[in-house]
Amino acid sequence: MTSHRERLEETAPSTASPATAAPRRSISGIGRVLVVVYGILALGATGRSFVQIAERFDEAPLAYSLSALAAVVYIVATLALVRSGSGWYRIAWATISFELLGVLTIGTLSILEPQLFPEATVWSYFGAGYLFIPLVLPPLGMWWLARHRPTRDLTGTTA
Amino acid sequence: MIEWFTWLQVAVAVVAGLLCVTLGFLGKKPSDLTLGSLALVEVLLVVQLVIAIVAPFTGNTAVGSVLEFYTYLVSAILLPVAAAFWALVDRSKWSTVILGVVGLAIAVMVYRMQQIWTTLPL
Repeated sequence: MTSHRERLEETAPSTASPATAAPRRSISGIGRVLVVVYGILALGATGRSFVQIAERFDEAPLAYSLSALAAVVYIVATLALVRSGSGWYRIAWATISFELLGVLTIGTLSILEPQLFPEATVWSYFGAGYLFIPLVLPPLGMWWLARHRPTRDLTGTTA
Repeated sequence: MIEWFTWLQVAVAVVAGLLCVTLGFLGKKPSDLTLGSLALVEVLLVVQLVIAIVAPFTGNTAVGSVLEFYTYLVSAILLPVAAAFWALVDRSKWSTVILGVVGLAIAVMVYRMQQIWTTLPL
């Protein structure tokens, strides 16, 4: 493992131009951190949903299907944040809005009607099991999207 | 899982995470120090994998879901590789922050793995 990493490092363009100079990246600066956090959440949601469906789908088919749907939406949102173009921009708005709606709805329901969700999902208790990241991330994503429109007049009203 | 090793691993991941996030926000590009700290986290994860494979043969079996445990462990092992690759392609200060975010995420995942190993599923 270490030797592999060293080899990677040797072949890396260590004297390359600063990455911040690349002008046509659709996402830059702290936005890349946002993408990575989305990616980790997508991985976490996918992993949990995979385990739930593989081990005990029969116990709560509705909750586990919802888990899988949430996982897919996180993956699409991550991709949409990375890709450029107004189509992906709209997809990013749609998926991130869906996430916000999901975490607020399921979060509220899991407190008011806990018997509906016998097992934790990503969105239960407003994402408390995931350090409330599912609750914090959509507003951050929306803030990012609002500040980085592909064209000024076409989009932005889709939220 | 071996409890003291797990806590050592969580501690190393937290320190590496905080180090990289701090250095990143101070404007440092990925360096031998920051990449090395994540490499250490990765090595400990591989050791954890070996421990997890061997432990059941010594009577130290998981109480919770083994599948869930390995889903976390395999995801955690992939994360530093992905983050290091990112850091080598994109040599900006944000890559250092990303190394740190991954370190902190791994700390949480290892903590969760300890819970899965030692407690019955709800």
